[in-house]
Amino acid sequence: MFALSADEWQALALSLRVATLSVIVSMPFALALAWLLSRRRFPGRLLVEALMFLPLTLPPVVTGYALLVLFGRHGWIGEWLAQFGIVFAFRWTGAVLAAAVMGFPLLVLSIRAAFDNVDRRLERAAETLGASAWRRFVTIVLPLSTRGIIVGSVLAFARAFGEFGATITFVSSIPGETRTLPIAIYELMSLPAGDAGVQRLTVVALVVALGATVGAAILGGSLWGRRRDD
Amino acid sequence: MIELALSHKLADLDIDIRFSSAARCLALFGDSGAGKTTILNAIAGLLRPRQARIVLDGQVLVDTEAGIDMPPAAREVGYVFQDGRLFPHLSARANLLYASQARQRKATQFERLVDLLELAPLLERRPQTLSGGERQRVAIGRALMSEPRILLLDEPLTGLHREARVQVLDHLRRLKQALRVATLLVSHQADEVIALADEVIRVHAGTMTAQLDMAQFQSQRD
Repeated sequence: MFALSADEWQALALSLRVATLSVIVSMPFALALAWLLSRRRFPGRLLVEALMFLPLTLPPVVTGYALLVLFGRHGWIGEWLAQFGIVFAFRWTGAVLAAAVMGFPLLVLSIRAAFDNVDRRLERAAETLGASAWRRFVTIVLPLSTRGIIVGSVLAFARAFGEFGATITFVSSIPGETRTLPIAIYELMSLPAGDAGVQRLTVVALVVALGATVGAAILGGSLWGRRRDD
Repeated sequence: MIELALSHKLADLDIDIRFSSAARCLALFGDSGAGKTTILNAIAGLLRPRQARIVLDGQVLVDTEAGIDMPPAAREVGYVFQDGRLFPHLSARANLLYASQARQRKATQFERLVDLLELAPLLERRPQTLSGGERQRVAIGRALMSEPRILLLDEPLTGLHREARVQVLDHLRRLKQALRVATLLVSHQADEVIALADEVIRVHAGTMTAQLDMAQFQSQRD
């Protein structure tokens, strides 16, 4: 009775893949931006922050439209990238891009807060021991920010997993390619016999969302507990 | 041999001090708030002084007039901070090996220092699980593992209870005999200075009030 249909499995697998990849792909950019915002004062900083927050504050449809204008087949960047065979429009890679953009602010916010919390005096100590800026980042800042990075990843994953507006605007709904779980739910709702499917997928979404959050709490919590002993 | 001329403004203190010394262990002695730690930070490169010229064994670490300012990572100064600053996510062993990994050198001093500082039973433990005295010994070992040209000790015994204090002092004395590393000790405790130093610079309100050999220091105290 609760068995998912082939289409539903397909949507679930695609959503998991898109959400996971979106976090992995945006991680290096998020780490770099979080570090810049946490440790450097530079002109235009406020503008960078405002731009970073846009996906959080704009209606997702607008973000999707902006992605279409920029990365569509005839988009400003999309047309140029197409020469190298990189296409986002109406591909699952486009769904990853949309999910990554929507989850990005959450990822940067968490990581930046974690970086801010690292005791700068430890970095100075590492500096006197001969550590370069890169080594200090890798051996001190990153490991002491593990919890924030995990929390940010889960939030961004959850945001990406639930992404609807930007995705459907940018890459539409193509079964097996861009029809993610939320889009599948939306489409089932407009079918006369779609109720059972909607309910099944809703339960699946609930399980994934709860699983991610609880998993992060356990993982982050144990790391936190170990470090807070002193 | 250290030559230092430093002029720097802190929120509530103007530091203007110059001295030179060839003592193997030189102590900066004075009340807290006299600017002693600021002098260590200037030597280590952790602050940007308004005006300074610091020369260590003939090498200019900083000369604001000549526009020379070596980055801290290149100064080869072993700094034992007053607040320890051991890396909380690393074992005592990894803390000790940090400098040799950062400088990609062989950890030639490791066994000797573990032995001298009696660190063997602590090596796998995290800093949070160590007592104050143990933590300080690891911090001293970590600074020495970087094979520094000068060891900077900022109030190394402050905050330790009596027993740990005696123990760490004893280890410092042993290290002084065994290693012959040039040392700059910052302290406001005369007994520490008498136990370790070869020469003393009295610091008061950001300036030097006297440069004394140990006999003079002792007689002034009596």
